[in-house]
Amino acid sequence: MRAAVSQVEQFSRPVFYSLPLWLTITFYVVSALTLVVFFVSATRKVRRYRSGRQDPADRPAWRRLPGALLGVFSNRGILRNNWYAGVAHLAVFWGFVGLFVATLLVLVDNDILHPLIPAWTFMKGDFYLVFSWLADLAGVLLIVGLLMFMFRRAVLRPRELRPEPRSDTEFYLRFPIVRLEDWAFLLLLFVAGIGGFLLEALRIRATQPSFEGVSFAGWLLSGWLGDAGVGSGGADAAFAYLWVFHALSAMVLIAFIPSSKAWHMLAGWYSLAVKPALPGEFPKAIPSESGGYARLQDLSRGELANLDACIRCGRCHQACPAAEGGYPLSPRDLILALQVGAKRLLPGPRPAPGTAAAVPVLAGDIIPTSWVWSCTTCLACDEVCPLGIQHLPLILQMRRDLVARGEIGDKLQDTLTSVMRYGNSLSQSPRNRARWVKELPFEIKDARKEPVEYLWYVGDYASFDPRAQGVTRAAARVFHAAGLDFGILYEAELSTGTDVRRIGEEGLFEMQRDKVLQALGKAQFRKILTTDPHSYQALRREYGGLNGDGGVPVLHHTEVLEALLTDGALTVEAPLAGRLTYHDPCYLGRYGRVFEPPRRVLRALGADLAEMPRNREMAFCCGAGGGRIFMDEMPGVKERPAEGRVREAAALTGVVTLVVACPKDLVMFQDALKTTGLEGALAVRDIVELVEEAMGRTQRSDT
Amino acid sequence: MAGAVWVLAEQWRGALSDVTYELLSLGRQIADGLGVPLEAVLLGSGVDGLAASLGVADGVLYAEDPSLAEPVGEHGSRVVAALAAEAKPGAILVPITNVSWDLLGLLPVRLGAVLANFCSDVQVVEGGLEARCLVFGGKMEVRVVPRGETAVFGVLPGSRGADGGRSTRVPEVRRVAAGAAPAGRVRLVGYEDPEAGDVDITQQDILVSVGRGLQGEANLDLAEELAELLGGAVAGSRPAIDMGWLPVTRQVGKSGMQVKPRLYLALGISGAPEHVEGMKDSALIIAVNTDPGAPIFNVAHYGAAEDLLEIVPALIDKVKERKGA
Amino acid sequence: MKILVLLKMVPDVVEELEVAGDGVSLDRGFLRLIINERDENALEQALILKERHQGTVVVAAPEAPEVDDVLYTALARGADRVLKVTGLDEELGSRASAGLLAATLPAVPDLFPVDLVLTGCQAIDDLDGLAGPVVAEHLGIPYLGIVTGLAVASSNIAHLSREYSGGVRGRFEVDLPAVVGIQGAEKPPRYVPIAKVRAAMASGRIESIPAGAAAEASLLDVVEMRRPVVAERAEMITGDADQIAARICEILDGRGLL
Repeated sequence: MRAAVSQVEQFSRPVFYSLPLWLTITFYVVSALTLVVFFVSATRKVRRYRSGRQDPADRPAWRRLPGALLGVFSNRGILRNNWYAGVAHLAVFWGFVGLFVATLLVLVDNDILHPLIPAWTFMKGDFYLVFSWLADLAGVLLIVGLLMFMFRRAVLRPRELRPEPRSDTEFYLRFPIVRLEDWAFLLLLFVAGIGGFLLEALRIRATQPSFEGVSFAGWLLSGWLGDAGVGSGGADAAFAYLWVFHALSAMVLIAFIPSSKAWHMLAGWYSLAVKPALPGEFPKAIPSESGGYARLQDLSRGELANLDACIRCGRCHQACPAAEGGYPLSPRDLILALQVGAKRLLPGPRPAPGTAAAVPVLAGDIIPTSWVWSCTTCLACDEVCPLGIQHLPLILQMRRDLVARGEIGDKLQDTLTSVMRYGNSLSQSPRNRARWVKELPFEIKDARKEPVEYLWYVGDYASFDPRAQGVTRAAARVFHAAGLDFGILYEAELSTGTDVRRIGEEGLFEMQRDKVLQALGKAQFRKILTTDPHSYQALRREYGGLNGDGGVPVLHHTEVLEALLTDGALTVEAPLAGRLTYHDPCYLGRYGRVFEPPRRVLRALGADLAEMPRNREMAFCCGAGGGRIFMDEMPGVKERPAEGRVREAAALTGVVTLVVACPKDLVMFQDALKTTGLEGALAVRDIVELVEEAMGRTQRSDT
Repeated sequence: MAGAVWVLAEQWRGALSDVTYELLSLGRQIADGLGVPLEAVLLGSGVDGLAASLGVADGVLYAEDPSLAEPVGEHGSRVVAALAAEAKPGAILVPITNVSWDLLGLLPVRLGAVLANFCSDVQVVEGGLEARCLVFGGKMEVRVVPRGETAVFGVLPGSRGADGGRSTRVPEVRRVAAGAAPAGRVRLVGYEDPEAGDVDITQQDILVSVGRGLQGEANLDLAEELAELLGGAVAGSRPAIDMGWLPVTRQVGKSGMQVKPRLYLALGISGAPEHVEGMKDSALIIAVNTDPGAPIFNVAHYGAAEDLLEIVPALIDKVKERKGA
Repeated sequence: MKILVLLKMVPDVVEELEVAGDGVSLDRGFLRLIINERDENALEQALILKERHQGTVVVAAPEAPEVDDVLYTALARGADRVLKVTGLDEELGSRASAGLLAATLPAVPDLFPVDLVLTGCQAIDDLDGLAGPVVAEHLGIPYLGIVTGLAVASSNIAHLSREYSGGVRGRFEVDLPAVVGIQGAEKPPRYVPIAKVRAAMASGRIESIPAGAAAEASLLDVVEMRRPVVAERAEMITGDADQIAARICEILDGRGLL
């Protein structure tokens, strides 16, 4: 290397080394053609997106771009929960980016500067040395990453990469092609990468520049070639052929991008940029008959672009409680089925009025309705997707359409009628809503009659279900002991309608919302407190302008308990013994982003807190949400989500208590303990019951 | 009220139903209280032989006509109305059954007489008759006094025992004219018997019966397990059949079967009269229903105001224990 | 074909029923009224027939609290026309109410003749009369009740399936026009989303028809109304699930049933 310093001006490499001129010209022509193919393909895709519905949400806000860029460059979505795939992708990503930039630089230097402004050419000297080293590093990263991916796909064979056909939609017939395409993408990149190194090795072998040690991989490879008996003349001769092969493989790769999942390289940016800021934001009704999606054409432009960003990583499939339990739904398959549908049917003409029957219906023809109804709306799929694809809004929009068509099961129908008639989902007389209060040794204020600081919104299940009522009373006792100034609405309290909304009955939700806002308007309070995460979501996020003026603080009881413990209004007399674990309710955790307050409460109570493998944003749904608690079980289900979750809790060594903070969780897990036979091994308690226990109160919980 | 007490003898497919004797027992009591004769009204074609068992009545009015072979309310009510318009009975007792339903609805209108429906009892009081009627699904009871020359009473089956209506005495049978049959606007084409089920619940000693409280077909195996352990069979109230959880051969009630097992476990059944009439003669009735105000508890011997989904698994465990012991 | 559906509102027994101060009627203060379940089935059957035979469905109901919601819902479900007969006393019995409907409706312009009149075969408040037979008699057409299957064979004959006991069904032929008392429709009543009901409220119209005659005086005097006195209510077992199960086992054992 020292000897090379004197040849500073010569640190460079010839582009198109040893190639005859005609080949060089052909190269440019074919390159141009490749780019044409690329653009034609890409344009067709974009035209398909533009055939979708226009929606203001499709325009990425500029201020979201930095976050999206950071997300893309750091690969944090992929590293999360799967370090292997994350590291592999990071390598491939930076390797590819590095090589892409390198090629661009060569292009600029050789094809633009060299003929036009030779004085500005930079591909020489120290710059070249650094460039060459970095380029080789990029190449090595790429190869290593690809090898990791190929190993994972071929040898490790994780569940999310294996197709598990569970319905006979046409889509599954195409699965072999889909898997071939997955391999094709990997192999094309691999061949291009290996080819590039081989080429570099050959060139080094042929020209033997002493400074090319910086191209360490190429240098190493050329050494091996030499050992293998390839002389510089031989290398020289082989170079051209390999060069053509390498060039062709690169062009095939480029042409391949728009028509394969390689497209995610471009679509992913957009996807992450339009991802909603608040998780679980409910999709707005569209100007269709039902407000939801009846046809594929109802998907917005952004959503259509979103679909193509999917790279079939299967994380959503793995995170989904429905897919895990053997239900018909897999979020991955949903996106892929829509992709296939979009390719085949769009851009298509909007059906003229009266001819609608001829166009396939989204929920029913393209997507089986059993997929749509299997969803618990837990949001795990949208949380975990590294490309920001939003699965849930599509399901919710399809449900709106199904409800408008009246295609809902009898049980769901009964539930909706019950909410409309009685203001609760349990067909109970509203007069009995506050019956649980009777067994308490103290009065609870009526917020309709006197002002209170906290209005406690109790919720349907907590008010009516006998098991949940015990927890509700415990909460009342704790609040009372802490001297909290709280009251309830008694019979004026109604279902907030969140579940109804997620079933797809937007009109009924609006009716409930109006009634609840009216009831709230008649009461006097400063804050709202709720023990029910579903009500929490509704009151905090979906009611807009509570009480008219810009929002009243809405708190979950774990947040209030945390404050009470911190302020000393509650004191721990008898710290909890025994190991326990906490289950994050979907609507408090993923939707509300409240993860730490309950944990802080438990630790303040002296608990030995263990975490389940799936915790916080990755918590595994109990299966009650999205109206599923009101639906019949699906045939062929292997294990209900709640059963899987209690097994997960019981598997933690020494854990005897599963702590919940939602009445539906309580009911679902208690049932699951019975059906899994784990009743003796694990107990389900609400966090407020533990607070009461730790306060030293000897009152037996009456759950 | 002047005029006799009439009882509609319910004839169906060539036999007299048990409820006829219940009505005769009631009718006898009323007639004796009023000091008037008790007549049984029998409609049919070639069934005069059945009249022999109606001996608790003083006499039988038998209307014979091919159009009356099977009870069709359209025809039967026309005949009875014509007879009553002439004879002017004080009271006509009609059973509230599917068979006699249409006649019960049409007769008072055709006769221009008052109807007291859902009667569990009719008593003689000063000045006439007073009926006790169960309305609003059995949740309320009203005492009513009918006015007018003739009163039609729709009587709930099972309000009283049938024994008081049976007698070995052979009554006097009087053939009455059926009247000119108008063009048959309503024609019975035939009966469809239900597919023979694997189980005849009327022959079972132990029935585990489920209603709406089961909440879903998925929970049916709980009932089946319990039934198997106890050596019985699963039955259901109307909702369980309407929702497709059980075949119609397992239905207990007005449109289903009448059962009298040694044990009837009513799980998640509210106890509407149409169901109760199908099982109230069971030797031992134990009911489980989350609503402590459910009418089933008025007919059960023992009850628990709990969720059957909690009790049944516990019961299965306890029964297993006892059997294992 | 043209189908007339008669429906009415009845007390909802999910709620606790209370006796009014007069001791002979229900306390209307806490009462919730809902559509008679079998009338709802009758409407559903009518709509099914309408779809099958390209007919029209007219719904008529006596005025009552909340009947407007039910009528708008009927429109949203697919009824073509909804009528509300007004001027009826709230306390009117089933018979008088049905009689008024039967007296009023034939005079409504563009309504009669109809091919079929469907109504629920019973309601929980049918103390003194059943609507179907009253209307049939008034119109001079035949009546058949407890019907669960209804097919229109031609413009003047219908094939009906009627329920007996023990799961037995009878097949009937009835000359149209006729009144049919429906027990259940081929399918449970379809769900109609609130949004559609609201749309019906905005664009639809309920025709108010004043009752065409005075109500018949009731011949049935209600002397007293009260909760049923039960001679022997069940002995209630309390405790947790295990305790209750144990007690039940005891009882069964005692009777030699285990």
